[in-house]
Amino acid sequence: MAECLLKAVDIYKSFVGVQALKNVSFEIHPGEIHCLAGENGSGKSTLIKIISGVYSPDSGYMEFGGKNYEKITPIDAIQSGIQVIYQDFSIFPNLTVMENLAFNSELADRRKFVNWKRMRQIATEAIAKINFEVDLDALVGSLTVAEKQMIAISRALMFNTKLIIMDEPTTSLTKREVGNLFNIILKLKERGIAILFVSHKLNEVFEISEQFTILRSGELVATGNTSDLDSNKFSYYMTGREFQKKTFIPQHVSEEPIFQAKGIGMQGAFQDVSFDLRKGEIIGITGLLDSGRTELALSMFGIRPIDVGTFLVNGKEVKLSNPQVAMGNKIGYVPEDRLSEGLFLTQSIADNIVISEIDSLANKIGVLDHMSRSAEIERWVKELAIGTPNPDNACQTLSGGNQQRVVLAKWLALNLDILILNGPTVGVDIGSKHDIHEILQKLAEKGLALLIISDDLPEVLENCSRILVMKSGRIVADLDAAQTDEKTILSYMM
Amino acid sequence: MKTTITNTLRKLSRRNEPYIFLVLMLLCVLIEIRSGQFFSSNNLVDIASALVVPGLFAIGAFMVIISGGIDVSFPALASLSVYATTKFLLDMNYQGGVWLAILIALALGAILGAFNGLFIGYFRLPALIVTLGSSSVFKGVMQGALNSKQLTIIPIGMKDFGTSSLFIARNPVSGLTSRMPVAIIAFLVVLFLVYFMMRYTMFGRGIYGIGGSETSAHRAGFGVRNTKFIMYVMVGMIASLAGVMRVCMMQQAHPTNMLGMEMNIIAGVVLGGTAITGGRGTLLGCMLGTLLIVIVENSLILIGVPTSWKSVFTGLLIIIGTGVSAYQVSHMNRVRSAKTPAKEVVA
Repeated sequence: MAECLLKAVDIYKSFVGVQALKNVSFEIHPGEIHCLAGENGSGKSTLIKIISGVYSPDSGYMEFGGKNYEKITPIDAIQSGIQVIYQDFSIFPNLTVMENLAFNSELADRRKFVNWKRMRQIATEAIAKINFEVDLDALVGSLTVAEKQMIAISRALMFNTKLIIMDEPTTSLTKREVGNLFNIILKLKERGIAILFVSHKLNEVFEISEQFTILRSGELVATGNTSDLDSNKFSYYMTGREFQKKTFIPQHVSEEPIFQAKGIGMQGAFQDVSFDLRKGEIIGITGLLDSGRTELALSMFGIRPIDVGTFLVNGKEVKLSNPQVAMGNKIGYVPEDRLSEGLFLTQSIADNIVISEIDSLANKIGVLDHMSRSAEIERWVKELAIGTPNPDNACQTLSGGNQQRVVLAKWLALNLDILILNGPTVGVDIGSKHDIHEILQKLAEKGLALLIISDDLPEVLENCSRILVMKSGRIVADLDAAQTDEKTILSYMM
Repeated sequence: MKTTITNTLRKLSRRNEPYIFLVLMLLCVLIEIRSGQFFSSNNLVDIASALVVPGLFAIGAFMVIISGGIDVSFPALASLSVYATTKFLLDMNYQGGVWLAILIALALGAILGAFNGLFIGYFRLPALIVTLGSSSVFKGVMQGALNSKQLTIIPIGMKDFGTSSLFIARNPVSGLTSRMPVAIIAFLVVLFLVYFMMRYTMFGRGIYGIGGSETSAHRAGFGVRNTKFIMYVMVGMIASLAGVMRVCMMQQAHPTNMLGMEMNIIAGVVLGGTAITGGRGTLLGCMLGTLLIVIVENSLILIGVPTSWKSVFTGLLIIIGTGVSAYQVSHMNRVRSAKTPAKEVVA
């Protein structure tokens, strides 16, 4: 462990008035799995970009393979053996696997003409390195996220790679795919390749990494052995706040169920599902990805209507045939992928908040009343603590947690009775996750009925009073959250 | 063996070309049955001759659309460069061959294409806005600076080139004859060169790459800006060549009668399976789509459809054609999303 693969010393970097990195130093050794953690905006991406030569630091220097660099160009970085796998994997969805794999090295060799035979050979060798099997002629756009990632990894290994930087590689992977990824990372380690693994997920950091570095608002908070770290310390380093786990205990649960599902089913998705939901309670539905949990959520909001069975709202039978009917029955739905389904990212935060209640903000002649619009926006920005200097900024300027809050605001503005949340904290960092949980619990206390669909078991255990476990389209267990644990739930899920 | 056949069939069914080819054949057979004139040698030669100019335009439009851009300025660009060329040659009373006309038009086309390429490639402005603007500029220059009006006499070299033919097809029944113009060689040469470039050069694959993801292309090491710039220069040259062919074949230079062609050309390219979002499509499909439009425009009259109804048919064809490919895409997506969770069970 004596020699260092990469050493960054006293790195400073600022962008027009914002200090992105302050005095950051850390080292990576050959064959080490190093986790770089931090909340959104903590400077993780800036640091990666400095290491890979995209940005040059204002001051400080880097040592790579014994050589000192005051700044490093992207070419230097690649030649020194640094490869970055970005979150979008830098792929061409419209081209074949073969081309995606071969382009980089063909371009590096400054080839002008395409030799399809050679490309196939390069691609075959590349995937063989990690024993990855895939149809070389398939279009990359038709592959799963995990397969795309494998392509990015094989491509990174084609050069004389010593360090692979992976930017949040587990986002949008299923549990099993994360397992596969970790196996590959371990194999790379055996070959002496170091991995810088960027993540803000606590369990992953503990599972895979040996060393860690945590950044907060551009400053290095801690770096060292992962074995010296525990989950409380980790959360504290990440956020600078102490969290107490607050298990939700419903206070005022109504007698009569506000929402009932009786023997509902949807072909190819789920069958024979029944449950009651009361005001003031939070129910969790969990299960594997193919368990039918998402389809169930979509059916309750009328996006995918059921084939058999009935829904009752306030004891009255309703046909939830489309989202308008569901909204008319005061049901709201926060989708799993808030980025693609729940928000108009390029529109302003303000417009996103008021979009669902736009009709009620109109004055007598049907024209939008700007006074009440601003009042609503101000109310929700304050109530949900949406972190923005100006609600007129585009939604995409917000961090994941804040975007999730905007989605919440959009629904809460409707004065709902029932709110369905699908994976409410997927891709959200610890601090925001905690805040969102607090908001959800507060909403339940105010008398809202909530239904959380999630495979994040600690989340379900902490926030729900009852947990329904789904497997292959059926509810296989109805558990009292206070009297169960992760192991029991898992045993029902598998 | 059987599985390879079904596999090939399945692969084919996901591509657009077979469908377009089928529709094309159906239309041809329909016209043949109604008129008995479609597959006559002179009609086929007429269609080939009518394909030269739209075909060249379509090749240019194809490259641009593959790169994720769009170009609506090529008719104006072609009109300007060919008009300027013709006028210049007339003014200097040039008596030589067509080569000089082609060279001057290519040079002008390169300059005008570079104008588009500069704004789109280097200043990263949206292609639609830039080409809408440049289209206006080109028209304005033609009408203002060149004071354009119809030129009924063209230089002798261009005139000779336009009337020379490779062979003459004669319909034994009606006695009608049609000439196969030499200009078709220009079209075939460009078609071959662009086919080779798009398939066998890194530059061509770069155009596909940029159309798929500009960020990825940049990170992989493609010179995104240069690629786009050079591509627009090429498109300008191809469009200008099309303009020269048009003027030679029509035996007169009309400043405005190419304008407005862009919609049908782009429609033909999209009809041929080129994704309007960029990155996907083949030159073969593009040519089939263009051919379909050309046949509808030229041969409907054979089955007694009045010319005034032509645009209705072209319009319907475009809507149905693009509708089918849009349906295919959404169908494929649905199949894929239905498949993904199922895969999880197996794995």
